[in-house]
Amino acid sequence: MNKTNTQHRLAKDRLMLWGVCLFATLTAVPLFAILGEVLLRGYDQLSWSFFTEPTPTAYKVMKAIEAGQSIPGGIANGIVGTVLMLSMASLVAIPAGILCGAFLAENSKNRFAQIVSYLTDLLQGTPSVIIGIVTYIWVVVPMRGYSAIAGSVALFVMMLPLIIRSTEETLKILPASLKEAGLALGGNRARVMLKVQLPAAFGGIFTGVLLAISRVIGETAPLMFTALGCSFIRWSIDKPISAVPLLIWEFFNDPNLQELIWGASLFLLLFVLTLNLLSKYLAKKWNQ
Amino acid sequence: MTPILEFKKTCVSYTKQTMAVKYVSAAIERNTITAIMGPSGCGKSTLLRAANLMHDLYPNIRVDGEILLNGENILSMEPIDVRRRIGMVFQRPVPFPTMSIYDNVLSGYTLNGIRLDKTERDATVERCLRNVALWDEVKDVLNKKGTFLSGGQQQRLCIARALAMKPDVLLMDEPTSALDPIATAHIEELMQELQKEVTILIVTHNMGQAMRISSKSMFMYLGELVEYGDTDTMFSNPADERTRAYLTGKMG
Amino acid sequence: MNDKLYKALLFIAAMVMPVVCGGVVYALATDAYAAFEHFGFLKFLTSSEWSYTEGAEQYGALPFITGTLMTTALALLFCIPFSLPVALFVGEYFKGTRIAAILSTVTDLLAGIPSIIYGLWGFYTLRPLIMALNISPQGSGVLTASLVLAIMIVPYAASLSAEFIKMVPNELKEGAYSLGATHAEVIRKVVFPVAGSGIFSSYILAIGRALGETMTVTMLIGNTNNIPESITSTGNSMASIIANQFGEADDLRLSSLIAIGLVLFLITALINMIGKIMIKRARIA
Repeated sequence: MNKTNTQHRLAKDRLMLWGVCLFATLTAVPLFAILGEVLLRGYDQLSWSFFTEPTPTAYKVMKAIEAGQSIPGGIANGIVGTVLMLSMASLVAIPAGILCGAFLAENSKNRFAQIVSYLTDLLQGTPSVIIGIVTYIWVVVPMRGYSAIAGSVALFVMMLPLIIRSTEETLKILPASLKEAGLALGGNRARVMLKVQLPAAFGGIFTGVLLAISRVIGETAPLMFTALGCSFIRWSIDKPISAVPLLIWEFFNDPNLQELIWGASLFLLLFVLTLNLLSKYLAKKWNQ
Repeated sequence: MTPILEFKKTCVSYTKQTMAVKYVSAAIERNTITAIMGPSGCGKSTLLRAANLMHDLYPNIRVDGEILLNGENILSMEPIDVRRRIGMVFQRPVPFPTMSIYDNVLSGYTLNGIRLDKTERDATVERCLRNVALWDEVKDVLNKKGTFLSGGQQQRLCIARALAMKPDVLLMDEPTSALDPIATAHIEELMQELQKEVTILIVTHNMGQAMRISSKSMFMYLGELVEYGDTDTMFSNPADERTRAYLTGKMG
Repeated sequence: MNDKLYKALLFIAAMVMPVVCGGVVYALATDAYAAFEHFGFLKFLTSSEWSYTEGAEQYGALPFITGTLMTTALALLFCIPFSLPVALFVGEYFKGTRIAAILSTVTDLLAGIPSIIYGLWGFYTLRPLIMALNISPQGSGVLTASLVLAIMIVPYAASLSAEFIKMVPNELKEGAYSLGATHAEVIRKVVFPVAGSGIFSSYILAIGRALGETMTVTMLIGNTNNIPESITSTGNSMASIIANQFGEADDLRLSSLIAIGLVLFLITALINMIGKIMIKRARIA
């Protein structure tokens, strides 16, 4: 064929390559824009007292504003709430998720297991705001009040499918010979699972748990209708409690507290991204 | 007359230290079938793929020396132009799974963005499918997907696809190794017919096949071209000890 | 522990799923019942009135269904020009290289950012920009929410599409190259058709994500209870009306919000199921 046709096609080919590179690179821009903005606006708010003091009361804020000082206080109440609710949720979700994942890995052909597997997908895809509504109906209404327990139930429901999936997938890619060797040595199935399969799958399950935590730790909507929020440090599980994302939401809505948004966001963002990178790094390391 | 295809000190290296093909020089005669033989790993497929500039797709592979097509060095030409003039048939038959039989034959044109009118298209499809003796078997199912055909039929479809571009040279990389003996016999018969129109260079590890179809043969060993000559002479009286060892089955 | 006990234990653990999912549907359905009974199921879905003046309460879901569909459709539209290049970059052009690994880490991190932080960024960076560009006077609205939503779903669409693009057999691509095609032509005429159904299904799952995204939309859509007249208008999505009003609602309004939640749950469940089935089919093919 003629030369101009070839040149024309090659030009199109190059155009496509450059287009792909350009748009793919542009996709990275929001990450750095968000990181940069939160970092620049939030870093000077981080101090020791930011992590040890609770949210200031309206009175303290007004006084500080009148005196022209920066707003006192921090997000300790949110950190305590997040830690408390996340621990309670993990305490149930991790063992339940691992056992359920083990069930799915061992009975993949079974009809009931297929239904469970489908329901896991269903729950994983359910918008978190709906988990919030449902937990409100389940826990807040019968208990006649918002509470840390309600918040943990919401977090539990969100963590469960994530842990089930990662456990199931990790167990499934273990070589079958591992299980067979264990059984051949006379171990019963529970012992083989406990002493051979689960230890071999530890890396995958652990990174799965880390990812599940990093997913739910920033969840706001489900906690709005369950944990509600609280302006002081509280350790009781049957009373309303705060959480870091809930505080960000409060700061966002309260014109007096907007100064605190960025410090809290920076803390949450760094925590989540570190967990993400850590789990990715561990997954890579344990796969080798 | 200039040979249709000529290797001149052609080298291919996958890494900086090792060469898979070392200084191969050979001139391929027009309208012949030339077989390339050798134990696995000897570089025969690598040499064949060099003639189609397939190595261009992988940035770490280097091709040195010259490969001349009608006296022109293809290593300094645009790959997309070269590949249209030098067709290739691969080991496993791979018709495009999303295209019908009809579209598979014309895929070279669609891929190159060349528009043909309806009569040209119909004529090309019929000519190429007749060329590979597939027309009678598929003329009523041209709109079916190519993947419905048997392995042998799929490979003939792939040959038809390559022929549709009217190439000067057809490279075949062990085209029958994935096929049963009957399909293999079909393809061999077909190649005898095709050499009137196109020069064929075929890599095979099947000595019987080389003897049955080719007039010229190359024997490669550890990346070097050991011997190149008339197939009959090579089989009856090989010049090199390594060739003799291979042909008598004393070497992989 | 003997085998029987062990099996029973696993079975009990697996029962958690049906119990939780059954509980979700039961809770939503029973509490939404009052709204459906009062307004009628179809009337509730097609009415665009949302007023809580006492005595004349009138709740309809249409503005929010419209809001959700608009934000989702726009987000998908804005997402494709970025997610498709990322998928090609990672799955085809730079497959297996370091630079591709870096880009997929970047998109993974994008997927990890909490939605409330996306909302903040949209509110404090994107909204002023939209006001400065005179696109809309108040800055927030369907368009603003959709733009941020698009960024949020790029990682999901891109990583799954890349997986399907990677699976296109090298033999097919070499076959196309051997006929003289350029890389762009191989992508358009071989890679896309072969990976097409997989790529399509990854966008279905991205839609599933966008439908229920709550905080970002709540912070950016403008929180008005009418059908958005254009893409720069304000409005509310199903998720954002719940987030905005659930805390202060009771009786019929609460039931109406839960009814909206039920509808949203059913739509996302349906979309996700279609996506998963398509993905399974695409993987087998």
